[in-house]
Amino acid sequence: MIALLIRDLRLAVRSGGGFGLGLAFFLIVVVLVPFAVGPRADLHRVIAPGVLWLGALLACLLSLDRIFALDHEDGSLDLLATAPLPLEALTCIKALAHWLTTGLPLVLAAPVLGVLMNLPAPGYVPLILSLALGTPALSVIGTFGAALTVGVRRGGLLMSLLVLPLYVPTLIFGAEAARRGAEGLPYTTPLIMLAGITCGTIALLPFASAAVVRVNLR
Amino acid sequence: MASLWEYANPRKFIATSDRVLPWVGAAALVSLATGLIWGFFFTPEDYRQGASVKIIYLHVPAALMAINAWLMMLVASLIWIVRRHHVSALAARAAAPVGAVMTVIALVTGALWGQPIWGTWWVWDPRLTSFLILFLFYLGYIALWSAIEDGDTAADLTSVLCLVGSVFALLSRYAVLFWNQGLHQGASLSLDKEENVADVFYLPLLVCIAGFSLLFVALVLMRTQTEIRARRMRALLARERML
Repeated sequence: MIALLIRDLRLAVRSGGGFGLGLAFFLIVVVLVPFAVGPRADLHRVIAPGVLWLGALLACLLSLDRIFALDHEDGSLDLLATAPLPLEALTCIKALAHWLTTGLPLVLAAPVLGVLMNLPAPGYVPLILSLALGTPALSVIGTFGAALTVGVRRGGLLMSLLVLPLYVPTLIFGAEAARRGAEGLPYTTPLIMLAGITCGTIALLPFASAAVVRVNLR
Repeated sequence: MASLWEYANPRKFIATSDRVLPWVGAAALVSLATGLIWGFFFTPEDYRQGASVKIIYLHVPAALMAINAWLMMLVASLIWIVRRHHVSALAARAAAPVGAVMTVIALVTGALWGQPIWGTWWVWDPRLTSFLILFLFYLGYIALWSAIEDGDTAADLTSVLCLVGSVFALLSRYAVLFWNQGLHQGASLSLDKEENVADVFYLPLLVCIAGFSLLFVALVLMRTQTEIRARRMRALLARERML
């Protein structure tokens, strides 16, 4: 399992910038928003948590089809499926690798970009907490979406359509926690709901993903 | 007494539904016609909303059927996963576009009603938002069905998507409730007598709901037959090519 994780991480780092892609996209979104809404610091302060969460979500979405597509193309997915490792574990590893290469850098980069967006000082801790709790759910849900469309050629758009409604609850609770934090309100409730969603997806979705991979490899 | 599962045989299903379909279709037409005409022409106008209250006869049944269609697809998907009856998977596929259209009807009539009454076409209100998400689910489901060529694979994948989607649809419902307290009034029909619409509107509304349900059953039966026949035709063509 650890060997597989290291292999996935190494592939992500070495194969043509898959690692920095999400981060760069996050940066682009956050840099372009002020140009779109105008240079008003008071407005930025209000929309900062939402924009940061949305940027993180889109950056996650962008890198999803790398999870299974490359392995499917060169046939290593079939080999991995016959390896003495349950497919559920395989999908967990894939989700973990995706989170380590996109989710974690986003969490670390968010405070820096928060400065660019004029995020109020009390907002930093809830923003980082909500991203750290929420991005694993994004990775796990995304792995399910990627597994669904692995057999479809050019399935990127289809996958976005499938994953989009599944992302809604995570986005709502995550952005709500960050927003309440930025406004100085108590933010424990949405954070707990977010943690609940993350735990639930980690507990249940790998089974669905594995079932779907099995169908697609048949 | 024959088992229910006998109807999972496509031949038996087509024979039975052929016999039932004219009756269901006729009943749907009659009840829709009576309900809508009664509702539109023979009920008083509301003292605050005027004539626009009458959109309720389209809006409420369509919204109800949009949710019920997803429930039916969920049950059909479960049957496919557990017992692998092809008719069940095809029925789920047949129901999806009908449900999507019902969702669109509910959203559009709601917008038409909301413009004069609330003064806006759209608000990010829990009920409206969760219906939009439901519509996205329908779109994804239909797209996944049509993206995959092999029938059984597509049925398997969409069934899993339907199960996972149902869980997330519920979750989204509560998430958007938490996110925003809305503009939408309470349920028009519920077991709680206090909240219900006034009695004058009640009976024609019930007739309309019956009409929409019958229409849904008729459409799903018809579309399922079409799916079965299309699949048969493909099998025949494939055999011809082999000879």
